[in-house]
Formats: sequence, structure tokens, C-alpha cells
Amino acid sequence: MSDQALLSIRDLVVEFPTRRGLLRPVDHVSFDIHRGEILGVVGESGAGKSMTGSAVVGLIDRPGRIAAGEVLLDGEPIHRLSEDAMRRVRGRKIGMVFQDPLTSLNPLLRIGDQLVETIRTHLSVGEAEARKRAIAALDEVGIPAAARRIDSYPHEFSGGMRQRVVIALALAAEPELVIADEPTTALDVSVQAQIIALLKRLCRERGAAVMLITHDMGVIAEATDRVAVLYAGRLAEIGPTPDVLSRPKHPYTVGLMKSTPSTLGEGGRLHQIPGSMPGLRAIPNGCAFHPRCTKRFERCDKERPDPIPVGAGQIACWLYDPAEGDRHAAARAELAGAGSDPAAIATAEAGEGAA
Amino acid sequence: MSDLMTEDLAQAAADDVLVSARGLGRVFDVSKPWLNRVIEREERVFLTAAEDVTFDIRRGKTFALVGESGSGKSTIARMIVGLLRPTSGAVTVDGVDLFRSGDIAGQTALRRRIQMIFQDPYASLNPRWRVGDIIAEPIRAFQLEQDAKAVRARVGELLEQVGLAAIDGIKYPHEFSGGQRQRICIARALASKPEFIVCDEPTSALDVSVQSQVLNLMRDLQRELNLTYLLISHDLSVVRYMADDIGVLYLGRLVETAPREQLYEAPRHPYTHMLLDAAPRLDAFGRTAESVVGEIPDPIDRPSGCHFHPRCPHANDRCKTEAPARLVLGPGRTAACHGVEEGRL
Ligand SMILES: Nc1ncnc2c1ncn2[C@@H]1O[C@H](COP(=O)(O)OP(=O)(O)OP(=O)(O)O)[C@@H](O)[C@H]1O
Ligand SMILES: Nc1ncnc2c1ncn2[C@@H]1O[C@H](COP(=O)(O)OP(=O)(O)OP(=O)(O)O)[C@@H](O)[C@H]1O
Ligand code: SF4
Ligand code: SF4
Ligand SMILES: [Mg+2]
Ligand SMILES: [Mg+2]
Repeated sequence: MSDQALLSIRDLVVEFPTRRGLLRPVDHVSFDIHRGEILGVVGESGAGKSMTGSAVVGLIDRPGRIAAGEVLLDGEPIHRLSEDAMRRVRGRKIGMVFQDPLTSLNPLLRIGDQLVETIRTHLSVGEAEARKRAIAALDEVGIPAAARRIDSYPHEFSGGMRQRVVIALALAAEPELVIADEPTTALDVSVQAQIIALLKRLCRERGAAVMLITHDMGVIAEATDRVAVLYAGRLAEIGPTPDVLSRPKHPYTVGLMKSTPSTLGEGGRLHQIPGSMPGLRAIPNGCAFHPRCTKRFERCDKERPDPIPVGAGQIACWLYDPAEGDRHAAARAELAGAGSDPAAIATAEAGEGAA
Repeated sequence: MSDLMTEDLAQAAADDVLVSARGLGRVFDVSKPWLNRVIEREERVFLTAAEDVTFDIRRGKTFALVGESGSGKSTIARMIVGLLRPTSGAVTVDGVDLFRSGDIAGQTALRRRIQMIFQDPYASLNPRWRVGDIIAEPIRAFQLEQDAKAVRARVGELLEQVGLAAIDGIKYPHEFSGGQRQRICIARALASKPEFIVCDEPTSALDVSVQSQVLNLMRDLQRELNLTYLLISHDLSVVRYMADDIGVLYLGRLVETAPREQLYEAPRHPYTHMLLDAAPRLDAFGRTAESVVGEIPDPIDRPSGCHFHPRCPHANDRCKTEAPARLVLGPGRTAACHGVEEGRL
């Protein structure tokens, strides 16, 4: 793995000017993804996960725009490329799996034709070879009898099958960076495992890098090397996956882990973090999480915490500010003890040792 | 067969069943275009997405359908709400046959009482309509509120019920995140005050915290309004949380139905065993679903006999040739497996 990250996002800000003020769905977010690495991105609905992915590939709906910061691919800034230049980067260098599988498929074209077209746009291969690759791509994402079903239309496929076609389309031109937005949401565990294995293989064998946006902690645990947690457009915590999952440090991450449905018993209610994530029009001052945080103190509603290095990762929370000294030791210990069950820690640690 | 059917239906009425599927089947013609077929000398090709599916949904309860991708869940859901005509079999809702010609009045009256939340939230929202109008449409169509002001108030209430703000009604669907759009679909489904809602993967696009809000909300509404749900989900922890009764599908056939506890604690069909073993659990971080063995087979060329036999550790010669019949094992409990019938499972 070379030192230079394949994707580097620096202080990214995405803004939407509206009649009633400026909205910031992405607010000073920074992270890197290296070759051969899968970075998971998690966070509540509306946290800015998809918007971050769209910003990287230059597909933010108007009037939204990148207002500050930069996006570097292999060290080269790509956030100011013309639409034409960006279109070439997309597909060839960056493959994008959108959250909504249907919008990426043309309902009027056969699935095979869509794949062949993508392959031939980006790679110099003939029609027959492209068709062969298209069948192989469908096979790889687990479409049974791919050769026979390649001439189907999207509506003839089930929801999960369409989702897999979209993945095949994104990977068809062998991109270096794959941004996959909820790629496995409609898939059952066996197909999901197959997709995760495919993404891991891309990283291992081709040195690709993957940004995997998902709300499924099981997928995060199985697939990713590191995880970034977003809250209200800001980075709350980022670090190696086992740390973030079983020893979360940010009060928000701790709450998020506790509401994972694998902990639910039948009949009982699911744990909910009190309150809900603020809308973009009402981001609280200081730490955006403070109205919901049980650990907040005087500083939290006045000053905004930036991510600072803690252990192998980064946390944006004043509890971990060295300037605060030891006065929050008890709060930190409580966070460290909460929400993580021993079995999960044990397996995560075993995984860490093996990695 | 017809004797069994009447008996069955009598039993169904006794259990206060709202929805019954009887011998439901759907075949799709997936042949290549006629000219290609002639040139390439190919036969017509058919795909059986659902075959002889029989189950009941009790009033005020949740029936969940589970099964692998492509097993026929959405196909069955679309037939149950009357959107897709079955090739064989029947669906009755509150005694009205959804597809029998001649009962147009009954079928129309049913329309308001049945709603569906689709698997593709984006595709089902009109991008040119404001969210408030999308949600108001069924309220206006069925004249559920008196005037424009009451409609607006009701829309705001629905938006808040699903965790959005009343003011969000003035925005367009593309201004929302994936999970927010899913909640808009739920609000629209609730708008016509339905009694029966088919939810096709209602929470799969939602993050855990919103998922728990939506699931808790669906349960609260069920209790308050005595709603009946058909829930489709590949997430067995969601199903366990929500369902009263569960049906397990494999390649278009219902292989087992059972009340929730019985299914999770004492599954009978070997495929149900396999599904439950593969489900991610809290203590299973870092594990992949290795316990699911074998390829997902081709629905066009389904294996003979019991479709599951190539992956089943208990398959014998009979399993390879003879399709297992549906055995009634108890109230709401059925299994289609030779091993169970022969007493070896
Ligand atoms: N075109 C737009 N105009 C205005 N606001 C938008 C637009 N698209 C998205 N937003 C807002 O930006 C915020 C971030 O949206 P984003 O789609 O990135 O969320 P997400 O984290 O991907 O959520 P989900 O898990 O629900 O997909 C949300 O509050 C959303 O309402
Ligand atoms: N209109 C159609 N024409 C041809 N084949 C179809 C059509 N609709 C569905 N099928 C096929 O029927 C099978 C079952 O599809 P269905 O959508 O019911 O699956 P599902 O269980 O909902 O799967 P998923 O979990 O992936 O959504 C699939 O093989 C699909 O390709
Ligand atoms: S900065 Fe303060 S309010 Fe924010 S998460 Fe940390 S303790 Fe809570
Ligand atoms: S019928 Fe035979 S092959 Fe099918 S599940 Fe039962 S034992 Fe296995
Ligand atoms: Mg999203
Ligand atoms: Mg489906």
C-alpha cells in the first residue's frame, strides 16, 4: 500500500442555497481511503452519507454545490473538473452504486445491452467480448443462469436482482474506486455475503478502494477495515472497525450501537436514542449532538468540536480534548462500558488479531 | 382438493382470517422475442415465480414472508393486493375474491382498505409532485377529509407520525435522503386509513435508529388501528420483532408456515433451519454466512421433486423425483417436506 491515499477528502463542505437560508448537508468532512481498503460510512438517515458520495463523483443536484474543501483522487483534485471530464472519471476510475437501484437502470433497455454499453464505453473491447464479460459480471453478483437472463428487462428481475445488476454495472469498467451506497439493503444474507466477498476480492486482487455506505452493522463488521460515523453532516468518529463497533467512544456512536436490531428481543421495544437528528435548518450550536447527549457539559453548546486523534482513530467530542484534563474520565469510562456486549468484543478482537 | 379447500376456508373464517391465498401461482413467459426464437431454434421459456401458495393472514396480525432474493416474495405480494393477476389460485380479502370477475363493486370497495409499501421507495414517488400532494392524494381520492385545511392538517400529522416535519410537505421527493423517502411512502400508505398493508422490505433502506422508530411506529399503529400486515423482509431479526406468523418461501413454493415462536424455536423444514443458521446474530460479528451451502438455483430450471434437494442434507431418492405435499402439522403450522412426512425429521 503506497502512502498516498487513493481518495482524499479534505474539509469538504456541500451547500444548498434555498430561499430560507443556506443548508449544509456535508459540513467540513475529511477522510482518506487507501488502495486495498474498504471504508464503511454509517450514520442516521439524513446524516449526509449519500451526499458525501455524490460530492466525490460530482453529482450533486442543483442548486447544491461543493462550497469548500477538496476531493483528491490519487493526489489529483477532481472537484473542479468540467462535467465532461468528470463523466470520464466516473465509470472508468470511480464506479458508483446508487442507493436507488432503479434510477441507475434504464427500464427500456435490456440488462445485457446496458452492461455491454458501459463496458464498451470505458474499455476497448469488441461486442462479443463485452457480452462475455457482461455475463461473467452478472454471474459474479450471483444472478442464476446469467447467460439465459442477460436479455431480460429490469422489470423482469426481482428487487434484489436489480440491486445486483447495478453493482455489476458499477464494477464493469474495472474502476479503482468504488462508492457503494447501500448496495446490499434488499439482499438476503447469502447473496449479501457473496457481494461482500466480491468487494473484498476487488480490494485484495486489484488494489481497488471501496467507500461502503450502509446502515447494516453486520455488513460493516464483515466487510470494512475502518468506519466513519457521520452525524448531521459532520464526522463524529472514524477508526478501525473493531474499535468503533465494540469500543465506540463518541456518545453518538455508543447510542447507535445500542439501537442495532440484533439486540432486540421479541415483544420488547427497540432502543431509541432520545430525540432525533436535527433537520438541516436547525443544526444546534456547538456540538451538533449536544441536545441528545447525556454527557454534555458547559462547553458543548458553545464550541464546535473538531475531530482529534484518539487511539488509532479520531473523535469529534470535547470529552476527549486533552485540554479538559481528567475531569471527564468517569464519563469516558461509562461510555467505554456501555452498549458493547462481551461476545461482540471477543469476536471483533479475534478479527483484529487475524487482520 | 375442493373438499380440502372448503374445509380450509371454513377453518379460516373461524380464525378471523382477513386475507387468504389459496393455491396461488404465477408463471412468467421469459422467452426471447419470437424472431430470435425462430432463428436460434429455441423453445418458449417459462419462469415459475410462485406455485401453489396457500396461507392465511389473521385480522390484526402480521404475517411475514421470508426467503432468498428471487424466491417470489414481491410477486406474491403484488397478487395479494390485486396488482398482478395470478396464473392460478385465488386471493380473498374479507370474503371478496380479488380476481373473480363480476364482483367489481366489492373489489372497488376494497381498494381503500388495502395499501402497499413498495420495495423501491424512489420509483413509487412521483418526482414532479410535492410530498404534501403525494400524501394528500389518497385522502382526496377517497374524500376522507372535508376541506383543504383539514387535508393539510392530516398530511402534517402523517408526516410527523413517521418522524418528518409538517413543513417537509412543500418539498419534492429528490430533496430527501433514501430513508426519508421510505418514510414518505409509509405516510402515504397510512393516508387512506387502510386496514391491510403489504410492506415489501419497509425498513431495509433505513438506518438502525430510524428503523427502530419505524418498526415501533408500525406496531403502535397496528395496536391502535387494528391493522393487518403482510410483511416482506429478508431481515430475520426484523421479522422476529414484528411477525405473528411466518411463511418461508423457496423458489416460489411455501415450504413452511408457523407461528413465530414455533418457527424460531422448532423449525421443521431443512431450509428454514438453514436460513436461521445463516442469520447474523449479535455474537456473530465478523462471520460470513457460510452456513448457507450451495448455489441459489435457477428459477427457470428448478430442480425436480423437492426444489431444495440439491442443497438439503436429508435428501433421499424420493426427494429427487416427487414434489412434497403441504402437510398440516397444527394450527397455522404447515410444512412441505418428505422427511417430515416420513417422520425422519
Ligand atoms: N436536493 C436536495 N436539496 C435539499 N436538501 C437535500 C437534497 N438532497 C438531500 N438533501 C438533504 O441533505 C441531507 C443529507 O442527505 P443524504 O441523502 O446525504 O442522507 P443519507 O445520510 O444518505 O441518509 P439515508 O440513510 O436516509 O440515505 C438530508 O437532510 C436531506 O434531506
Ligand atoms: N414481470 C416479470 N417478468 C419475468 N420474470 C419476473 C417478473 N417479475 C418477477 N419475475 C421473476 O420472478 C422471480 C421472483 O421475483 P420476485 O420479485 O417475486 O422475488 P423476491 O422474492 O421479491 O426477491 P427480492 O428479495 O430480490 O426482491 C425472479 O426470478 C424474477 O426474475
Ligand atoms: S462534545 Fe459534548 S455534546 Fe458533543 S458528544 Fe461530546 S460530550 Fe456530547
Ligand atoms: S423433501 Fe427431502 S430434499 Fe426436500 S427438504 Fe425435505 S428432506 Fe430435504
Ligand atoms: Mg443515503
Ligand atoms: Mg422483492
